[in-house]
Amino acid sequence: MTEIPREEYILKCTSACAGCPSSLTLRYVLKAAGPDTVLVVPACCTSVIQGIYPHTAMNIPVYNVAFAAAAACASGMSEAYRKAGKKTNVIVYAGDGGTVDIGIQALSGALERETDFLYICYDNEAYGNTGMQRSGSTPMGARTTTTPGGKIHAKKDIDSIVAAHNPPYMATACVAYPQDIFRKVEKALSIRGPSFIHVLAPCPPGWRFASDMTVEMGKLAVKSGMWILYEREYGKVTINGASKAAIKKPIPLEEYLAPQGRFKGISREAIDTLTSQAEKLAIRLQREEEGVC
Amino acid sequence: MLTIATGNKAVAAAVKEVKPAVVAAYPITPQTEIVEQIAEYVTSGELDCRYIPVESEHSAMAACIGASVTGVRTFTATSSHGLMYMHEMVNWAAGARLPIVMANVNRALGPGWNVWAEHTDSLQERDTGWLQVYVSTVQEAYDATIMAFRIAEHQDVLLPVMINLDGFVLSHSMQRLETLHPGDFIPPIELPHAIDTANPAGYGTLTGPDDYFKFRWDIERSMRRSVAVIAETERDFAERFGRSYGPAQEYRYEDADVVVIAMGTLGKEAEVAVDNLRNEGVRAGSLRIRWLRPFPKLDLDGRDLVVIDRDYSFGFGGILAHSLKSKFRVDPYNVIAGLGGQEVTFDDIASFVRERKPGEEHWFGVNGNV
Amino acid sequence: MYEIRIHSRGGQGGVTAARLLALAAFRDGKYATACPFYGAERRGAPVVSYVRIDDHPIRVYSQIRNPDLVVILDTSVMEVVDVFHGLKPDGKVVLNATRGKEIAGHTTYVVDLTGIALSLNLVIAGSPILNTPVIGALAKMGIISMDSARNAISEMFSDDRNVKAAEAAYQELVV
Repeated sequence: MTEIPREEYILKCTSACAGCPSSLTLRYVLKAAGPDTVLVVPACCTSVIQGIYPHTAMNIPVYNVAFAAAAACASGMSEAYRKAGKKTNVIVYAGDGGTVDIGIQALSGALERETDFLYICYDNEAYGNTGMQRSGSTPMGARTTTTPGGKIHAKKDIDSIVAAHNPPYMATACVAYPQDIFRKVEKALSIRGPSFIHVLAPCPPGWRFASDMTVEMGKLAVKSGMWILYEREYGKVTINGASKAAIKKPIPLEEYLAPQGRFKGISREAIDTLTSQAEKLAIRLQREEEGVC
Repeated sequence: MLTIATGNKAVAAAVKEVKPAVVAAYPITPQTEIVEQIAEYVTSGELDCRYIPVESEHSAMAACIGASVTGVRTFTATSSHGLMYMHEMVNWAAGARLPIVMANVNRALGPGWNVWAEHTDSLQERDTGWLQVYVSTVQEAYDATIMAFRIAEHQDVLLPVMINLDGFVLSHSMQRLETLHPGDFIPPIELPHAIDTANPAGYGTLTGPDDYFKFRWDIERSMRRSVAVIAETERDFAERFGRSYGPAQEYRYEDADVVVIAMGTLGKEAEVAVDNLRNEGVRAGSLRIRWLRPFPKLDLDGRDLVVIDRDYSFGFGGILAHSLKSKFRVDPYNVIAGLGGQEVTFDDIASFVRERKPGEEHWFGVNGNV
Repeated sequence: MYEIRIHSRGGQGGVTAARLLALAAFRDGKYATACPFYGAERRGAPVVSYVRIDDHPIRVYSQIRNPDLVVILDTSVMEVVDVFHGLKPDGKVVLNATRGKEIAGHTTYVVDLTGIALSLNLVIAGSPILNTPVIGALAKMGIISMDSARNAISEMFSDDRNVKAAEAAYQELVV
C-alpha cells in the first residue's frame, strides 16, 4: 500500500458541493505533486471550488484561465519554467467540457509539441459548473439539461484521441480509488513530456444521486466495466486494480445506471449499446495488454 | 397568452415562435436557460429545428453562419467570454451579410471570474456591423427577439441582430409575459445570396482593396437604412400587438431639466429615482437607450445629463457617455457603476443626479479617486 | 409593494419557492418579480431569493434591503447568514421548524415544512422538498390565495404530492 503524505494542500472552506468527486480527486493529486506545483484551471467546477476572492482554499498557486486556453497556457508556463531550469510541476486540472470540447485544440497542440506537463481531466460527463448541460463526454442515454430526452450520441473517446498523440504516459483513474490516483500522478510527474490522466468523477447533483454515494458510484462504474482503469506507458497498456477482475466478470450495467437519476427511463437499446461498447473497449485493452495488437 | 417567465425563458419562447431552422448552442452562465429551454422545445416537438450542441462559441457562430448562408433562419445565444471567444465569427457574420439573431446575456469579463451584469461584453462588439438592442424587462426581451428576426431579414438590412439582456437581474428574474403568435408579422426568410448549386458562386473570396472598400460601405449603408426598418417594424408591432418601443424610451422627459441616461435594467430602475426626485421638486427625467447600433438620433439640448455606464473603455472613458459626447456635443456627468454586477439602487441613481458635476467622471463606490 | 426574502440552502428549492410565489401572485392578478441572488451556486450552500409583489408594474431590480417578510427554509443558515438584516420593524418571519422556536421582536410563523415533506416522501436526492409546502404556508398568511397557490404548483410540478404538501402546510400554520 502506497504511503500517502499527510500534508493537505486543499484547505478548509472550499465551495464544493457535498460529495464532490473533483475536490476529492484533487486532494490526492496535490498530495502526489507537492508544493512545487502550479495548477492551471480553465472554467470548470474547480474555478468556483477554490473559493471566492479574497480567499483561496488551495495551498498551491492556481492560475485560472479562459475556457479554451488551459493546455496552451500550460504550454507557455512549462516552456518558461523549463527554460529557467525550474522543475515546477505544471498541472492542468480541467473538466470534461474544457477538455473534450472547447479545450481539445489546445490539448492536441500541447501533446503534439510534447509539452512537459500533466493534464488531468476530471470527468463528470457534462458541463457541471453551468448546471449540467451535455458535453462531448456525456454518455449515450444520459439526461442533461440540453439532452432532456437522453443524449443520442456516444461519449467522445478522448483517451483514444490522446493516445493517438503518443504521449509517454496516459492513464484512466476513478475518484473511488485514491491510492491509484496518487500512484498515477506520481508516475506521470516523474516522466518528462506530456502526461494525461482521465479521472471519472461521479457528480451527485449532476447525475442525481445522494451526496454520500460518490465513492460507491465510482466503484459501480468500474465493477460494471463502464469505466476501465488502465495505464498506457510508452504505448504499453496495463489494466489496473479493480478493473482486472471487473472486465472478466462485470456486474450488470443496470446496477450502475439504476441509482442515477440521469439515466432514468434509458431505453433497453441504449443500455445494450453501452454494454457492447464497454465490452469492445475491454477486449481491445486486453489485446493491447497482451501485445496482440 | 399571459404568463410569468424569466428573461431567458422569454427569449427562448420568442425563438420558438419564429421557428429557426437551426439553433447552435453552447452553455455559459447566465445564458444557459435559453439553450436549455430550446433543447426542451426541440425534444418535445414544439420546435422543429436542428439543434447543434457545438463544442465552443466560436463554433456556435460558425455553425450559424454555415446554416444561414443556405438561406434558413438561425439563432444562438451567449454571454461575456463566450461572446469574446466568438468575436472573430461575430465580425464574419456581419461581413457575410447574414441575418443571424443572437441573444447576449450581458456579463462581466474576467479575470477574476465574474458572472454578474455588465455591458462591456456587447459594447466590445459595437464596431462589428451587428445591430444591437438593449432590453430592460422580460416582455421587452420577448418582443425584441421576435422583431429582431424581421429586422435582420429585411432586404434593406441583411445584417445580424444582437439582443442584450442583463445577466441575472433580467435573465433570471421572473416578470409578467404576454406571448404572441407572430403570424405574418415575420415574412418567410429570403436570402438573396443564399447558396444555390444551380448558380454557383464563390463566397468571401480574396478581395482587393477597392472592392473590399465598397463592401464595407454597403454594410454601413444598410446600417443607415435599418433605422427606417426598425421604426417601421416597431410601428407595425405596436399596431398588431399593442406595445410600442423606439430607439430610446423616455420617462418624464419632456420638461426634465436633468436626464438620467442608461441602458438595460438600470435604465428602468432610473425611472423610480426620477419619481422620487420629482417628489423632491427636482425636474428629473430618464432616457433609456435601446438601440445602440444604429446609434439613435437624440434631442439632448438644454438639459443636464447624468450618463450611467455599466461598462468602461480603459484609458478613455465610459462608452455610452463618450458616444453621446461625440455625437451630440454634450458634456454629461459620467457615472461608472454596476461593473461586475455591482449593486446600484434607485436611491444611488438619485444621488448621482443630486451630486452631478457636468463633464466629470465618477466611479461609483470608489469615489473615482485614483 | 410587498417584499419577501427567502433563505435556504442550495438543493432545497428556495429559488423555485420564489418563482412559485411570483407565479401564484401573478395568478392573483398582481405584478410580481422573483430573482435569486446567485453566489457560488452549489448544493448545500446558502441561497437567497427575492420576491416583490405589487399592484403596479415593478421597476426595481436591485436587491431587497428592507423586506416585509423573511422566510427561512433552513434554520442552519441562520448561523452563517444575517437572515434578519434590514427586516422592517413590523416585518414578519416564517420559520421551517417544529413548534417552539420563535424569533424575538417579530411575528413569527412556525411550520414544520420538513416534517410535511418527509411525511409525503417528497424528497429528491436526499433533500426534503420545501418549496411547495412553504407556498401553502404563505397562502395561509394571506400573501397569495390558496387557489392560485394550487394552480401555480400544478403548473410547475406534475407530482400531486406537492399540492398535498402545500395544503398540509396551510392547515398547520396558525395565523
